[in-house]
Amino acid sequence: MNIASVRADFPLIAAYGEIAYLDNAATAQKPRAVLEAERRFYEESNANPLRGLYALSQRATDVYENARESVRAFINASSTEEIIFTRNASESLNLAACSWSQAFLREGDEVLVTVLEHHSNMLPWQQAAKRAGAVLKFLESDERGVITETAFRAALSDKTKLVAMTQISNVLGVENDIKRFAAIAHEHGAAFVCDGAQSVPHIRVDVQALDVDFLAFSGHKMCGPMGIGVLYGKKKWLKKMPPFLFGGEMIEYVTRESATWAELPHKFEAGTVNAAGAAGLAAAIDYYNALGFDAITAREEELSRVAMEALTAVPHLRLLGSADWREHHGIFTFTVDDVHPHDIAAILDGDGVCVRAGHHCAQPLMQYLRTPSTVRASLAFYNTEEEIGRLAESLSRVRERMGYGQ
Amino acid sequence: MDNRSFYNEILTDHNLRPGHKHALADANMELRGVNPSCGDDITLRLRVEDGVIRDGAYTGDGCAISQASADMMLDLIVGRSVEEAMRLSEIFLRMIKGKVTPAELDELEEAAALIDVSHMPARVKCAVLGWHTMETLLNGEEQE
Repeated sequence: MNIASVRADFPLIAAYGEIAYLDNAATAQKPRAVLEAERRFYEESNANPLRGLYALSQRATDVYENARESVRAFINASSTEEIIFTRNASESLNLAACSWSQAFLREGDEVLVTVLEHHSNMLPWQQAAKRAGAVLKFLESDERGVITETAFRAALSDKTKLVAMTQISNVLGVENDIKRFAAIAHEHGAAFVCDGAQSVPHIRVDVQALDVDFLAFSGHKMCGPMGIGVLYGKKKWLKKMPPFLFGGEMIEYVTRESATWAELPHKFEAGTVNAAGAAGLAAAIDYYNALGFDAITAREEELSRVAMEALTAVPHLRLLGSADWREHHGIFTFTVDDVHPHDIAAILDGDGVCVRAGHHCAQPLMQYLRTPSTVRASLAFYNTEEEIGRLAESLSRVRERMGYGQ
Repeated sequence: MDNRSFYNEILTDHNLRPGHKHALADANMELRGVNPSCGDDITLRLRVEDGVIRDGAYTGDGCAISQASADMMLDLIVGRSVEEAMRLSEIFLRMIKGKVTPAELDELEEAAALIDVSHMPARVKCAVLGWHTMETLLNGEEQE
């Protein structure tokens, strides 16, 4: 991978060379091709998709449905009926939780989530369980963030109806063996929901190989536009689930008293859809494919190795999670002794380094790790060794800037 | 902005060596102030007699800005009347919005060191936590 030419594909990176953007787990930067695809939709194909009987509307429909096919191929789903466009991973998980629970979750049932979950893969289940009178159970990890098979098996019972688990933790970067856990959940008759927000952009995800029942991810974390996300769901579930939102273009037949629903996937896509966003996401997928997923993963692994080396050399820095860079997937969360994470982030910002500080929308995990607030640097393939060096350099001066001795 | 100047000696000194970060046994007013999104958490205690703030202290955790700002505030208001403290607080909050005169800035003494927060929207709630807590506490007394 030619990093200089890759970086030239990203207008923001090209325009602001002084900024080291290391908050990729929050959102990724966008290549020109993605921006152009959104613009091209409005300039050449704009009409309300799925409705009009004229050629222009058909063109809009084609752009939208071709994007669905791109997503299907990208995660190797067996059918485009299983690909639902949403706004983001949060909405995808809310859809799954509301709709699946309405159809299948009953009083006394159990839903199992892990302590690693982002609030987006915990709160929808917490609330769905409450509505159904079901029990939400938490699966603990060890201090490195690893969920063991023994712990997983011990937490399952014959009452477990669903397991919701992230593939890669947005705080620790650790990867769960989704294929193994999904198989065990299925042995117990439980459905398996995978939060792919942090994994789909960084490792190759094949929903059939993993055999998950649902997979949620956001477009914007994989260089696509904001406002477009995906819920993959197995047809056998989606067919039996009620709609999540009601409105335009999700019906078959409507009377004053009742309605029948459109076929999959449109049953779950009420109202005018984000066709330009879908076009942008398809362009992001094309961009990934052009670079090659193996090349992306290899590049990010190399950056993880460099980052681990640089960060562990910073005095007074405490890294959360594994000491092995292979278990971080570009996500490094840490504290610096005596300095509040928000002050660290502000000082880094002064040096042009963008990182996240706070609880990372994972408060149960932070409570479990007994760290109310931390700093997170997260990498993408377009980052450079030089940017990681700037991060480490700025971090090594934080304590001094805050009035502490070396 | 370049926060080399922002994290100045006045701010870091109040954060590292606060004069008012301790319990206050004879306090007659107490209120906790929290920024839920970032976790700054202080408890402000005052001893107010005859409309005058005789003593004040705080305890808690948070970023340097939230802690130093509370300490600077107490430096400024202890010994003053409630009315005067409220007037200074109003000036401080206006300073954070970037609308303050040089004469008013002088009145804030060391708390004026936080003027650059007006260019750091993300840190406004850290800087004003102590001051909002004090206003709520003192307003509460007036209503009683």
